[in-house]
Amino acid sequence: MSDRIQFENVSKFYGEVLGVNNVTLSLPPGITSLVGPNGSGKSTLMNLMAGLIQPTRGQVEVMGFSPRRPEAMFRVIGYCTQYDSFPHSVSGFEFIYGWLRLHGLDRHQCAALTNEALQRVRLTEAAHRPVAGYSKGMRQRIRLAQAISHHPTVLILDEPLNGLDPMARAESIALFQDLGHEGMHVIISSHILEEVDRISDQVVLMSHGYVVAEGDIREVRNEVKDHPIQVLIRCSNPGSLAARVFGQDHVVEARLHEDGGGVLVRTRDADSFYLLLNQIAREGLVDIDAVAPADDDVNSIYQYLIGGGAS
Amino acid sequence: MSAVQRIRSFVLDSPWRLWTRQMLAVVRMELKKSVITRRGLWIYLLAFAPVAIIGLHALDMKLRLAHPGSRVHESLSEDTQVLAGIFQFYYLRMGIFFGCMGIFTWLLRGEYVEKTLHYYLLAPIRRELMVLGKFVAGLLTSTLLFATGVLLSFALMYWGLGGEGEQFVFAGPGLGHLGAYLLVTALACVGYGALFMMLSMLLKNPIVPGIILLGWEGISPVFPQAMQKLSVTFYLKHLTPVAVRAEGLMALFTVVTDPVPKWLAVFGLLALSSFVVFLACLKARTLQVSYHTE
Repeated sequence: MSDRIQFENVSKFYGEVLGVNNVTLSLPPGITSLVGPNGSGKSTLMNLMAGLIQPTRGQVEVMGFSPRRPEAMFRVIGYCTQYDSFPHSVSGFEFIYGWLRLHGLDRHQCAALTNEALQRVRLTEAAHRPVAGYSKGMRQRIRLAQAISHHPTVLILDEPLNGLDPMARAESIALFQDLGHEGMHVIISSHILEEVDRISDQVVLMSHGYVVAEGDIREVRNEVKDHPIQVLIRCSNPGSLAARVFGQDHVVEARLHEDGGGVLVRTRDADSFYLLLNQIAREGLVDIDAVAPADDDVNSIYQYLIGGGAS
Repeated sequence: MSAVQRIRSFVLDSPWRLWTRQMLAVVRMELKKSVITRRGLWIYLLAFAPVAIIGLHALDMKLRLAHPGSRVHESLSEDTQVLAGIFQFYYLRMGIFFGCMGIFTWLLRGEYVEKTLHYYLLAPIRRELMVLGKFVAGLLTSTLLFATGVLLSFALMYWGLGGEGEQFVFAGPGLGHLGAYLLVTALACVGYGALFMMLSMLLKNPIVPGIILLGWEGISPVFPQAMQKLSVTFYLKHLTPVAVRAEGLMALFTVVTDPVPKWLAVFGLLALSSFVVFLACLKARTLQVSYHTE
């Protein structure tokens, strides 16, 4: 049996709307964080892993199981979704117990596993109260309890820290770390990198349905730093400007804009490039009308993520 | 591997005990949700409205019987016809039809509306079992409600006729009629239930499948026999114990079909329903949780 979660050229479209595009990933055991702004495709990727949605193209495999065979795959997967809805008028205990009964376990096993899971998320006292009366944090924890109740080897957590107060957040992070140390595959999604990077073994950065960077958190930081950015300079003499900047080490590419009114420059070192541009302006070689970033690049996404949502 | 070997291997090697436990778990869960629910009040009303009316009629009959010279024998045959009419025109074409629409379309569509379908889809259970479990639960609920309604209607109708009514039930054909009514009720729930469950998996709005099916069941008697076989009422009308003649404009267009043997009517309806449930199971394999697009 494979110990990986594999995506091979996976795309998902909701009608004409892109969910994720051409994702190829191989996630090893340990704690992996999927990080990206809202709408970047994290939940889509998780739902694809769990077979709640089916890919438009490509293939997904979790530990060697296809999501098309839920009866086998969900023996090893626990998924704590973002959906904050529960069967009508169930208590926390019934929510987990009933779900375990669907596994085909007998009453005693179900009751024992339910109590164990409730204990683990510290909801034993509220177990027999209706879930409808739980706070948002408690509902988050009862979903987590359900996901871990059958002792899965893969745990998928979609924005598990949303709605938790600082104390519950710290407890949850500690629990995820414990589960990771127990050898579980833990996949966590978050739109705040800072929140999860301390506990993550690897990070997958997502934006607009694409994986923009992946790997060890330090590698991702370096990858982001080295990633060229693109700048559009509107000026009076684009040809001369392109020729002047092209010789610089940090400039990867300089080409005329299609409308002939500017130059698109790709550089690995934005600071050095802007210094050079100041110098060119002082020299009077060209009259610069405007300078603007030309793409929503990985660096800006990264800045957004580590900024905790401020773009 | 040949088809025969595949079937043999499926029958011998499949984890039937596990599947039974899982399906029963679905049935239990669904029964909790569907038997006593505020949302289902209008279905209880459909099932028991005739009981109230027949109950009043029975009381009236009792009072009339107290007067000497009352003609019970005429009332017996009249009331038997009235009960047959209530069963065929109210229960079969209205009560059970709309009751099954409410119960069976909600089985899966309700999960989308309440955003709870993932609860099932995240469990290690074959989706076919989930669909079968839901169908069985819907069947138990609908049969329980409508069979109780029919039983009470029958009991009150003949109770009102006093000793002669009792004679008709226990020493005459009465119990046979009751058995036939209950069988038809159960089969109607099977047939309509299967169709409504399937239609609700294809269309978002349960009103649409309801209108399609109501239209089809209504006009199917004017089609040739081969097409009539695709309607639920075709099989059921051959099983009803007391014939009620078609009246009005519709009677002009009705194609009178050859009588169908009772066993064939039962198996025909069960075969049609099994095929539809089988299609629903196939469809369930590709179910997706996309609440935001619902």
